[in-house]
Amino acid sequence: MPGHGPKRGAPEHPASKPGFRQWLPQAGASADEWLASFKRQSTILKTEFVEAGTPAHAAAHIAKLAREGGWRSIATHANPLTAEIVGMLPAAIDTMHLTADYDKDALERCDAGLTGCECLVAQTGSVCVTTHSSGGRALSVLPPHHLVIARRGQMLPDLTAAYDLLAERYGAAGYPSFISFITGPSRTGDIERILVLGAHGPKRLTILLID
Amino acid sequence: MLTKQLFDRDSEAAAHDIPRRAFIRAALHGYERKRDENKAAFTDWESARTAAAEIKYDGVNRMGAYLEQFEERFTARGGKVFWASNGKEAREYILSLAAAGGVRSIVKSKAMTSEEIHLNDALEGAGYKVVESDLGEFIQQLRHEPPYHFVFPCMHLKREEISALFERELGSAKTDDPEELTAIARRFLRRQYIEADMGISGANFIVAETGMISITENEGNARLTTALPRIHVAVVGIEKVVPRLADLALLLPMLATAGAGQSLTCYNSMYGGPRQPGEIDGPDEFHVVLLDNHRTRLLADPEQRDALHCIRCGACLNVCPIFKNIGGHAYGSTYQGPIGSVITPHFRGLQEWKHLSGASSLCGACTEACPVKIDIHHHLLHNRRNAAEQKPVWWELWLWRLFAFAMRRPWLYKLGARLAPFGQKFHPALEGTILDPLGAWTESREFPEAAPRTFHDLWRERKGAQP
Repeated sequence: MPGHGPKRGAPEHPASKPGFRQWLPQAGASADEWLASFKRQSTILKTEFVEAGTPAHAAAHIAKLAREGGWRSIATHANPLTAEIVGMLPAAIDTMHLTADYDKDALERCDAGLTGCECLVAQTGSVCVTTHSSGGRALSVLPPHHLVIARRGQMLPDLTAAYDLLAERYGAAGYPSFISFITGPSRTGDIERILVLGAHGPKRLTILLID
Repeated sequence: MLTKQLFDRDSEAAAHDIPRRAFIRAALHGYERKRDENKAAFTDWESARTAAAEIKYDGVNRMGAYLEQFEERFTARGGKVFWASNGKEAREYILSLAAAGGVRSIVKSKAMTSEEIHLNDALEGAGYKVVESDLGEFIQQLRHEPPYHFVFPCMHLKREEISALFERELGSAKTDDPEELTAIARRFLRRQYIEADMGISGANFIVAETGMISITENEGNARLTTALPRIHVAVVGIEKVVPRLADLALLLPMLATAGAGQSLTCYNSMYGGPRQPGEIDGPDEFHVVLLDNHRTRLLADPEQRDALHCIRCGACLNVCPIFKNIGGHAYGSTYQGPIGSVITPHFRGLQEWKHLSGASSLCGACTEACPVKIDIHHHLLHNRRNAAEQKPVWWELWLWRLFAFAMRRPWLYKLGARLAPFGQKFHPALEGTILDPLGAWTESREFPEAAPRTFHDLWRERKGAQP
């Protein structure tokens, strides 16, 4: 756009929806289509997506992962849904409940981090986490396996809907200091552009869906 | 040596390295396939590009007002903003933060702005331990070499070279498995995040509406860099500002698709302040250094201002025939490839860097690839024109005058066309010598033979045959 002059005046933030949503990849119009889209994306991203149904089934799945991986401890945060699931795990697994000024080294030694989330994004297969919903900044990235608990109603079609939700939830009172869209386990292609999972963050990402 | 002489030397050496060129091409071929797959998932990629260009247009054209809005809202959440006119001011501010905070070690996630202002040299010179945490940047730091490509820093290296580097620098065992090589770096860097006092990052976007910065990454190193150390400093170019948080719903997928052929990059994180009351972790201090460093010079140029729309996805490098043949290091600039050739003369001096704008076939692949519709190849032409206007080259000027003189006189032109075949007979005597007027061409190419009969001859003949 050569030859344009600078626009003056205070920025405006129109409340109307941005006009680009229709051009982006579409996840469909119904909850069933969103779920199908999320599953497709999860397969591509190598995210493990489990329709657990009940907290008991989610706990059983985590117990199975723990057995297979030889886990000794998992870390979690104050959240009613994750607390219920942690309560159903075998006693052999130690649980670290993160509170203010936790021991970073101890968190680093945990085999998995169990968190809630703000929402799931069907368009991209992403999980939206914030300091508020997911136990701060490090819990969802420092342990080698990230476990996410989400309710079926938390599935949203696209990123625009996710930003709308965040604005509704936090726009007035103040956003959490950290928001992240997590799209698959940590990865790198820096060596010969070959995909390797688990660069610095979790090698595995498991999303457990509760009805 | 002058930057132009270095460029001539390095680009020639790189162009002769045939195996390396084949390796780069193979890597970029995979990128193109995945990018096209993801572009096809958009209902209309072209309309999405237009929408993205409009967002960046608004951000860049009302940059001042949006940056002030960012500052007001970010500061209200306990963050600090430093306006740095140039690299020196930015370096001094960060050094003063490190001194005041009693910092010993620093972990960094990828930031091209930090390369631009040579931040590592300044920090290491002052005695701080600085570790790059992005895998590619970590490898380049161990090699004491700048990034080869501003998105894929070590794409020119083969796994054997990386293994040998790790053996030498980290004492690890030899391996040709990319997964194991990644694991070696992971193990080494884990301690650094926990022990570092300061984390330094860049940012992909500044959000005016909510006072946030947004960082896009695949590895998780930026998340760890911004979660664990007590001080977080982000060094960000002022052109990164966008009006609304929801604008990222478009820009993040476009950055991922154009930049790496992904539907969305693994982590897209937005940071709106240091640790807030009630939060259990995060830095106590969060500083955003807004870096001008001659970006306002480009902003003042209405013709080329749209080069500030750049979201540093690297798509223009990935499709550029020049980049594919001379590689990233020959450019000698922080930002390589077509967009680097456009902006470097504005950032670092037109006369000293104008040769980069000449290193283009003007095929326009860059412009076509750009997700925010920067008219890249025309900007290369603008740079050439501006450089010639600012400092005309006397012999080029005379050559064009001579050409114009001959072209305006048909008899002189016709005489030249008649004499050319005879003149060419003398060329072999001069070929390869310093007196050869066609030396630059015949050094590596055949010169076509002048036709014995001119176009005018043929025209007259055929017109005569078909009245």
